[in-house]
Amino acid sequence: MSETHVDPMWVQVSYLVAAVLFILALKSMSSPRTARTGVLIGAIGAALATGVLFFSGIKLANLALIIGFLVVGSLLGLVAARRVKMTAMPQLVALFNGVGGGAAALIAVVEYLVVDSDDPLFLIFTVATVIVGSIAFSGSIVTYLKLQELMTTRPVVIPLGKWITILVAVATVVGGVWLIVQPQEWLLWALLGLSLVFGVLFVLPVGGADVPIVISLLNAMTGLAVAASGYVLGNVLLLIAGTLVGASGTLLTNLMAKAMGRPLTSTLFGAFSGTTAGGAGSGTDRPVRSGSANDVAIMLGFAGKVILVPGYGLAVAQAQSTLRELADLLAEKGIEVDYAIHPVAGRMPGHMNVLLAEANVPYEQLKEMDEINPEFSATDVVLVVGANDVVNPAARTDQTAPIYGMPILDVDAAQQIVFLKRSMRPGFAGIENEILFDPKTTLLFGDAKDSLTKVVAALKNV
Amino acid sequence: MDGIALLTIFILSVFVGFEVVSKVSTVLHTPLMSGANAIHGVVVMGAIIVAGKSEPNSLALWIALAAVLLGAINLVGGFVVTDRMLEMFKSKKPAAAAEDGGAA
Repeated sequence: MSETHVDPMWVQVSYLVAAVLFILALKSMSSPRTARTGVLIGAIGAALATGVLFFSGIKLANLALIIGFLVVGSLLGLVAARRVKMTAMPQLVALFNGVGGGAAALIAVVEYLVVDSDDPLFLIFTVATVIVGSIAFSGSIVTYLKLQELMTTRPVVIPLGKWITILVAVATVVGGVWLIVQPQEWLLWALLGLSLVFGVLFVLPVGGADVPIVISLLNAMTGLAVAASGYVLGNVLLLIAGTLVGASGTLLTNLMAKAMGRPLTSTLFGAFSGTTAGGAGSGTDRPVRSGSANDVAIMLGFAGKVILVPGYGLAVAQAQSTLRELADLLAEKGIEVDYAIHPVAGRMPGHMNVLLAEANVPYEQLKEMDEINPEFSATDVVLVVGANDVVNPAARTDQTAPIYGMPILDVDAAQQIVFLKRSMRPGFAGIENEILFDPKTTLLFGDAKDSLTKVVAALKNV
Repeated sequence: MDGIALLTIFILSVFVGFEVVSKVSTVLHTPLMSGANAIHGVVVMGAIIVAGKSEPNSLALWIALAAVLLGAINLVGGFVVTDRMLEMFKSKKPAAAAEDGGAA
């Protein structure tokens, strides 16, 4: 802790106000009605705190450079956030989280270089910030690469990976303790490097379907790193904000894992064993039944009840609006239409809701998994558009599948199933879907948007 | 501020953090995570503080400035992208029930 500067009363009160605004922001963002206001409240709190800092009387040398970097960073963040397609939003959040963790780690490094202190508490929190912040940084970069599909989305299992990871973890802890006992600069850099490597090793074996949970976990870790940096700097607001995010993020990680039916431990350590890369081992040359857009239109047009299951493929093809057009057309014909939304349809919990809302699909038609699952058995046709893992019964039956235990949409209970698929390529989790080979399944190959447009055109003539 | 006071604040913040998000619906998991992500962007304050006390032209200063840059990206980008996600909850006129059960 730096003891040289004590904030004046009005500054401390401003920080208190900002802390309260952060709490209110998180609270508001937990409810659909107030979520948008919550973002505004949080942004006001952050702007207030950052603005006050400049006038708090704290010694700020290099002011021009600081403001320059602040402006450039803000612009980069703004442009990235504005330009990103909503389909690529999860990886951008991962990236933003990563840079936050990186910032916390760097702050601790600088504080160590600038302040020559051997206060053990200062050193403990400095080490904690460096380790946790670096892991959040490098781990988030790997999740970004996975989601952006710049690297394989399957679990990466390096030979002896488990032992290397354990070795690096032990080295990190030993290095940290050593630095606390015997502060020396080279050790700090070594610690930074080890933590970065650990972050990569930690995320590499995580399978694609579990990436959202890991992002959430890394988000909570960044929160804790920020909290620890607040302790290092003696800044109460950083401590509170970081802790709030750390705590709420941990709980959120748990809730997400539950929504996906994935015990957190198996997400994080399951892939270590190397069993997950497997799959059903079934060849893709097995016979499937494919149909034309016309066939699909006829099936839909003469159904009484249709359920649409949108997935990531829909989002990639930007076919939300075309799907809505199809739904409207079916509804006009008096057919009952619902959208079945798996909690992790798309790439993350709630992602699909965001995408469909963009296409002005009425919120009321979106049915969550628990609500829609009993209805499949009374459904004539299920239309699966660009989804795979979330309807894959391997989650129920195949104990070796990486998605085993994840609750899925029970589309196999319906009378007929239609898959709009680009190819026979397996989904994000990299496993074969047995439903594709089911006799009551029809496949329509092609880009989701093209296929839907053709089906809509054909349906108008049915 | 002494260690115990900071520890008190820390512990209480943990409880508040748990409490405020305990009732979130699945639909809001991603936006809420993104919003929390934006909030820890205030780390930029810490970056500004350490940059402000670094010697001009020192290694420490450039590292601190890198932290300012990263923190600002986190903070501004975080809030903007969260807001975009939540556009779905803007008040819309309630949609009329789509199905009225006629013959096909």
